[in-house]
Amino acid sequence: MANPLYKKHIISIPDLSRDEMELIVKTAAKLKQAPDTRLLKNRVIASCFFEASTRTRLSFETAIQRLGGTFIGFDNGGNTSLAKKGESLADSVKVISSYADALVMRHPQEGAARLASEFSSVPVINGGDGSNQHPTQTLLDLFSIYECQGTLDGLHIAFVGDLKYGRTVHSLTQALAEFGCRFSFISPEALGMPEYLTDDLDEKGISYQRCDSIEGVVDDADIIYMTRVQKERFDETEFKHMAAKYILNLETLNGAKDNLKILHPLPRVDEIAVEVDRTPYAYYFEQAENGVYAREALLALVLNEDI
Amino acid sequence: MANKLQVEAIKTGTVIDHIPAGQGIKILKQLQLVELKEKITVGFNLPSKDLELKDLIKVENRLFTESEASQLSLFAPSATINVIENYVVKDKFAMSIPDVVEAAFDCPNSNCISHSEPVNSHFTVKQKTNDVQLKCKYCEKSFSKDIVADL
Repeated sequence: MANPLYKKHIISIPDLSRDEMELIVKTAAKLKQAPDTRLLKNRVIASCFFEASTRTRLSFETAIQRLGGTFIGFDNGGNTSLAKKGESLADSVKVISSYADALVMRHPQEGAARLASEFSSVPVINGGDGSNQHPTQTLLDLFSIYECQGTLDGLHIAFVGDLKYGRTVHSLTQALAEFGCRFSFISPEALGMPEYLTDDLDEKGISYQRCDSIEGVVDDADIIYMTRVQKERFDETEFKHMAAKYILNLETLNGAKDNLKILHPLPRVDEIAVEVDRTPYAYYFEQAENGVYAREALLALVLNEDI
Repeated sequence: MANKLQVEAIKTGTVIDHIPAGQGIKILKQLQLVELKEKITVGFNLPSKDLELKDLIKVENRLFTESEASQLSLFAPSATINVIENYVVKDKFAMSIPDVVEAAFDCPNSNCISHSEPVNSHFTVKQKTNDVQLKCKYCEKSFSKDIVADL
């Protein structure tokens, strides 16, 4: 039987079922253990980055080459026919999809990937569309959580920092809700989790709490997912006051459970003290590496009927 | 005589009745009915058994499209549409909020791709306790119906 992701577009986390997310995570684990250079043999993937994204682009292009595929594309929309000649994205996608077996796309406008999927003759993988979705980040986060905890079910996940604008946090919350996880949201009031997302959690009966500081949850959390609070959103005094609550250092980790792992989508600025890197809790660099395996898994699944 | 509606009957067309008072003018604007160049009769703040006061719109020689009916149902869910033929009510139906609204409103998110590409706007409709929310298929953002319609 064909795998359920074969020839499917990967646009948004809510489109994926729990079983499909598990399949991607388990395939990523398998490919990390045993790379298979035949999975994308003779396949050409279009890597269309209409805006810069170093880690996402390079990890996709690494994934393609490690599975034996080749890629075409661009890393900046400024030189494309859209920018220079006013071509529509719809027309561009129609043409590019006739050249390639799959299309990876990052675009600064929300909904660009969904639109591309309506005009593409091959699977589209969303590499980030404005402030909307970044499903491959979520899938690598899921894989990292599975890898370091041995399960995705019933974990206590604490999200810290800018939860209002952080699309990685939004998508990961949607995904983990499928696995019965419970959540702690730790953020300045002005950067709290959007109501539409907590409404969804309420509807699904998922347990969550809003907290003031990391210390309040550190003795119970399995994962602390850090994000950056942008200094420019606050005045200096306000930011210094906040920093004590939302910056992770060795002291903050007193009383942490042995299995606690810290994740961060990177780049980090000063929200995780460098001294934390040397603790067994730090997992953010493994997480970044896992981006390659999660993207290998996705490409392999959408382009191979049996895997 | 005091309670008799002072609105002229129409021979053929549509009567939108039981519009909550104050919504009638918004519906005229939203559906651009005045631009139809057909004869339109409107009544504002008319007495109503159910609503205390209601608005009413009669449009001659005009039936409503599905998209227009969707818009109507979002803003006047209690309204009824009467199809008139030869001064007689030929058909009468109540509004119901649709699951999907297509090509009726632009997405309020200015960075949504639907503004700049050859596609129709498309929202899924979700009823909340005190609001109706519309979620854009493309940018996946949810908006209150009042924001979407910018009424």
